[in-house]
Amino acid sequence: MTQDVGLDPAASPARPTEVRRLDRVVIRFAGDSGDGMQLTGDRFTSEAAAFGNDLATLPNFPAEIRAPQGTLPGVSSFQLHFADYDILTPGDRPDVLVAMNPAALKSNLGDLPQGGTLIVNTDEFTRRNLTKVGYDRNPLEDDSLSAYTVHKVPMASLTLGAVSETGLSKKDAERAKNMFALGLLSWMYHRPTEGTEGFLREKFARKPEIAEANVLAFRAGWNYGETTESFAVTYEVAPAELPTGTYRQITGNTALAYGLVAAGQQAKLPVFLGSYPITPASDVLHELARHKNFGVTTFQAEDEIAGIGAALGASFGGALGVTTTSGPGVALKSETIGLAVMTEMPLVVCDIQRGGPSTGLPTKTEQADLLQAMFGRNGEAPVPIVAPCSPADCFDAALEAARIALTYRTPVFLLSDGYIANGSEPWLIPDVEQLPDLTVEFATEPNAPDGSGEFWPYLRDQETLARPWAVPGTPGLEHRVGGLEKADGKGNISYDPDNHDRMVRLRQAKIDGIAVPDVVVDDPTADAEVLALGWGSTFGPIGAACRRVRRLGMKIAQAHVRHLNPLPANLGEVLGRYRRVVVPEMNLGQFAWLLRARYLVDVVSHTKVAGLPFKAEELQGVFTEIIKGAAA
Amino acid sequence: MTAIDLGLPTIAGLAGVPTVSDSDVPQKAKDFKSDQEVRWCPGCGDYAVLAAMQGFLPELGLRRENIVFVSGIGCSSRFPYYMNTYGMHSIHGRAPAIATGLSVARPDLSVWVITGDGDALSIGGNHLMHALRRNVNLKILLFNNRIYGLTKGQYSPTSEVGKVTKSTPMGSLDHPFNPVSLALGAEATFVARALDSDRKQLTEVLRAAAQHRGTALVEIYQNCPIFNDGAFDVLKEPGERERRIIPLRSGEPIRFGAEGEYGVVRDPATGSLQVRKVAEVGEDALVTHDAALDDPSYAFALSRLGGQDLEHTVTGVFRAVSRTSYDDLARSQVQQAHEDRGADLAALLRGRDTWTVS
Repeated sequence: MTQDVGLDPAASPARPTEVRRLDRVVIRFAGDSGDGMQLTGDRFTSEAAAFGNDLATLPNFPAEIRAPQGTLPGVSSFQLHFADYDILTPGDRPDVLVAMNPAALKSNLGDLPQGGTLIVNTDEFTRRNLTKVGYDRNPLEDDSLSAYTVHKVPMASLTLGAVSETGLSKKDAERAKNMFALGLLSWMYHRPTEGTEGFLREKFARKPEIAEANVLAFRAGWNYGETTESFAVTYEVAPAELPTGTYRQITGNTALAYGLVAAGQQAKLPVFLGSYPITPASDVLHELARHKNFGVTTFQAEDEIAGIGAALGASFGGALGVTTTSGPGVALKSETIGLAVMTEMPLVVCDIQRGGPSTGLPTKTEQADLLQAMFGRNGEAPVPIVAPCSPADCFDAALEAARIALTYRTPVFLLSDGYIANGSEPWLIPDVEQLPDLTVEFATEPNAPDGSGEFWPYLRDQETLARPWAVPGTPGLEHRVGGLEKADGKGNISYDPDNHDRMVRLRQAKIDGIAVPDVVVDDPTADAEVLALGWGSTFGPIGAACRRVRRLGMKIAQAHVRHLNPLPANLGEVLGRYRRVVVPEMNLGQFAWLLRARYLVDVVSHTKVAGLPFKAEELQGVFTEIIKGAAA
Repeated sequence: MTAIDLGLPTIAGLAGVPTVSDSDVPQKAKDFKSDQEVRWCPGCGDYAVLAAMQGFLPELGLRRENIVFVSGIGCSSRFPYYMNTYGMHSIHGRAPAIATGLSVARPDLSVWVITGDGDALSIGGNHLMHALRRNVNLKILLFNNRIYGLTKGQYSPTSEVGKVTKSTPMGSLDHPFNPVSLALGAEATFVARALDSDRKQLTEVLRAAAQHRGTALVEIYQNCPIFNDGAFDVLKEPGERERRIIPLRSGEPIRFGAEGEYGVVRDPATGSLQVRKVAEVGEDALVTHDAALDDPSYAFALSRLGGQDLEHTVTGVFRAVSRTSYDDLARSQVQQAHEDRGADLAALLRGRDTWTVS
């Protein structure tokens, strides 16, 4: 049954609704990929951020821009977890599911726990749409949804009514129904609304009638909640008590782009991004293209190879060369990464991992490029690897990758993934005065130890083993670099067997000797027997699972590795402290493989490659079993 | 999506690249020779090109440290090691991409790409095409010997059809590229051709290329004495060369032959160009060469006068037109953005929507 009510609050005076306080809520917006679910989720996220909640988000969308309308493959969703305390993940399951059509209901209902709240746009539940996704009967009209609290709302027709004054066509007017949904949810959770109205007016500044329609729909959704009896309860989630400071909401890709801008500023070097569009990395290119005022050049190349090639050429010229891509692009760039290893020039290679192999799952997350980053080149070609653990951490990881590249004159991998790239969280905005100094010194004088007055491009710094960076335009330091093996010191072509052996070992020693911080272990009782060890984007789910395990009275230690090559110096000792070490990864155990090979420790590898991040609940179960096993 | 007028005036020639001053010791060819022993095969055409380059650079007057040679892989790609300038011997086919990044990053450099027919047209075809399209400020010297030399004698993308090589014992099947036609198809702003053996014309072409703002493609017919010896001999033999080579001089009628008995005329019916005897068509019918014509179809028609059989070969500058170079545009956007908005990192990180926890 649906409500038929007017939208004018004055027509039916607001009834007092019960207000319940919650510590956390997970909402999932799900609809057709043309329904604007990502925008809706983004706006609700901004509202939660502006309100001061801690939050984490999980956008989940198909690779097709517009899969056939109303079908299961076309469903796009956005999950948002917000709380009055610090949270680590976007939540395992939604408390509230907003389903804009039958396909969204069918593909998401399985995740909604019994007793969960379901808000459905009834206008899309036509016989045709139901048939399209295999519903024989309308689930809204039988008892199949009796386990949930269901709110049936004709969002499209209510939106049409609300925006009729704008004179928009039916098609254009209906498109504002996502804002109706946002308005309704904003009312339910006492969210501020000014930000969204301002956002809509700005976004559609050139189409004022569209802006007006969206604002009207948004208000109509709010008023619908306020004036109907359908919703007896509203909820409050108080601001979170986070460390003091000024916060903003940020996605991983934006944080990564900002980190690269900051790296250029801190190094006092121009940044050159050579890139080719690829999901889910393109947003870094888009973001950097907007910040040319910081001396950032963005070059959209003809292919992945040209993207990294141009970046390396710019590095040769004295810029901070950067390329951004995903797994398939890394495969194409491998030869140039090898050239950067051989020529020993700074280069930051950002791999925003996605499901593989081949084209795989472009819009889904995975961590299966670790061994590609580690070994995916011909010859002995070691490359440092840095992996951020959360969206905001991408900023620091970018600075760290740039530090290593500039200090050690080497290509560096930054391994992000689709989950943290598109996900967002609050970010304690750093003080720019506190950012690391990345200043580099170019070579300006001949350096030959034999007093010949020559310049030896492969004469190494005794501490870092880095070679001098002499940029074209520097008189007296003319030299040639290239992919052929170079004579130690002088840098001329050398086919000498002993020289090659020495140079291979020197290049390895340079990477092995990179100074990286020790891994920090979180072990509240200091006597846990099991260590949960992760890397990259699994930090949130592993941390949330550890909290759950500890709440159940069990002991578990957690450590997260940020530098995957070289590994932290204390890692071997840390591994040796625990009876069992469990390593959850979104691949088939690539980090576990490295750990076993390096430390001869038989870690327990827990793996999943479903294109989605781990659920805390799932890892809780895994950890619990291992703790019981270790104790037995 | 909207397109906007980028509005940047054309920048001339070598503007921004430092030159040697009067107080400097004058540069000589030997100043451009590195201390590395040149290791091409005896009789290789690459020697002649290297000598022409080292001989002509002093006259160009640029500071040696502001010249960079970037090469790919192949015999000719060893070239940078022999030049006492900055250089990078990179990977197969990628030199135009690497040089693009360098050229964009550094307006004060004269950047040269050394490549071959396999490097530029097979494995690196994509990069070549896009460098030409963008008009990046690069001078690309394409050494065309119509064979793979460094891998010891397989047919290349410029080998004539039916070529018998190690990889094609029954004759090669694929139709060759005409590199000049290809470059013109990509709307290259400067396209020229020269022979390794004609030092004078080679130098003239190199000089014009160096002073061109944008991508200059110079195809150099170069003999490989080991795997494709004599490939261009018909263009060098007295008696044959006068009949076959059609030299271009801007502003002059296109006329050739030992006695100047041949000329190039336009077919009024098709618009294409043809070689005819001057005595039959009259001097007034000859086409006057104009490399500055904006429409590339004229230069393209010129490039079609020569086929894989070398019955005729057009040499000189086919096309030299002015179009703002990509790197100038890219730098102007960065500069404009900086002038308009400054570089306030703290403001960027803060963004618009913040909240404070106290």
